[in-house]
Amino acid sequence: MNRNVLFYLRGVRDGLPIGLGYLAVSFAFGIQANQLLGSIFQSFSISATNLTSAGQFAGLDVFRNFATGTVTLGAALLAMAMTQVVINLRYCLMSCALSQKLSPNVTFWQRTIIAFGVTDEIFAVSMAYKGAVQAPYSFGLMTLSIIGWSTGTTLGAWAGQILPATCVTALAMALYAMFIAIVLPATIEDRKVLGVVILSAIISTLMAYVDCLNVMSSSWRVIFLTVVIAAGAAVLFPMPPQSSKEKMK
Amino acid sequence: MSNLQFSLLLLVMAGTTYLIRALPILLIRKEITNAYIRAFLYYVPYVTLTVMTFPAALEIAAEGTTVSDFLPGMAGVLTAAVTAFVTRSLMLAALFSSLAVWLLLLCIGG
Repeated sequence: MNRNVLFYLRGVRDGLPIGLGYLAVSFAFGIQANQLLGSIFQSFSISATNLTSAGQFAGLDVFRNFATGTVTLGAALLAMAMTQVVINLRYCLMSCALSQKLSPNVTFWQRTIIAFGVTDEIFAVSMAYKGAVQAPYSFGLMTLSIIGWSTGTTLGAWAGQILPATCVTALAMALYAMFIAIVLPATIEDRKVLGVVILSAIISTLMAYVDCLNVMSSSWRVIFLTVVIAAGAAVLFPMPPQSSKEKMK
Repeated sequence: MSNLQFSLLLLVMAGTTYLIRALPILLIRKEITNAYIRAFLYYVPYVTLTVMTFPAALEIAAEGTTVSDFLPGMAGVLTAAVTAFVTRSLMLAALFSSLAVWLLLLCIGG
């Protein structure tokens, strides 16, 4: 069999667990997106063009603020761009690291496709791969991930329309549970992350409930606190290359 | 929200997300070595996910601001944390915390 086909099939195989995980998580996104947009196709189109969990949920918040008339279209567009830049900033680091891992014969155009598939999970699997990563392997990893993410969203959007309200509310918790399950192991391994997380939760809650601090919409609060707290932590605890451990899930 | 407005927002959303991923992989071929930038990028996801979770997760079933409004959210967060601690599984944490919220909603007749 052709070498490229083998690389592709290996990627598909390694991408199967990612795709299954995405199917479950994007189900929760589909429910929430459809609740706001009232359109299965629009919910699907967000997932098919973005392929990112935290960014999409935060983006949904911007859609909501605009739909409820809290902000104008111009402000919403700005908030959308800012939100995605800040929340997806980690992809920047992963993308840098991944560029070292790709085989030198991966072309520019192949890189433009591989870039779309830079997610926490695909990055982790790519970096764990033995040797240089060939383009077909990356395409293989992306295949089931994209299918799982888009299909789960569509199913969730559809299920949200027929499930009783109690179930929809309960399933919306799935997303936050996933966030908690991503953050919690890191807080146990790294005391600094624990401090940062506790501080973030307290300040975010105060800003939402204390009148004189409630000066911005929830999507701006995410951007503002991420930049301020992460920058503060970086100044206090810089991370030279040899001692760093970027173990994101 | 009209279809055009939705499409505009979606375009900006997808475009920004793509550029963040594409620019480094296309332009930068060296690894980032600056200790402050590395640390900043390391902390970003944890702060973001936490701020997105709190207080939104606690308000998941809240219609008012009495203590009972926040009970389902609190139960979900607590269940997610315990499940994640014990099993380290995203799927199980999602499943059990959803169940916890659902049971509480049934109990308080929400």
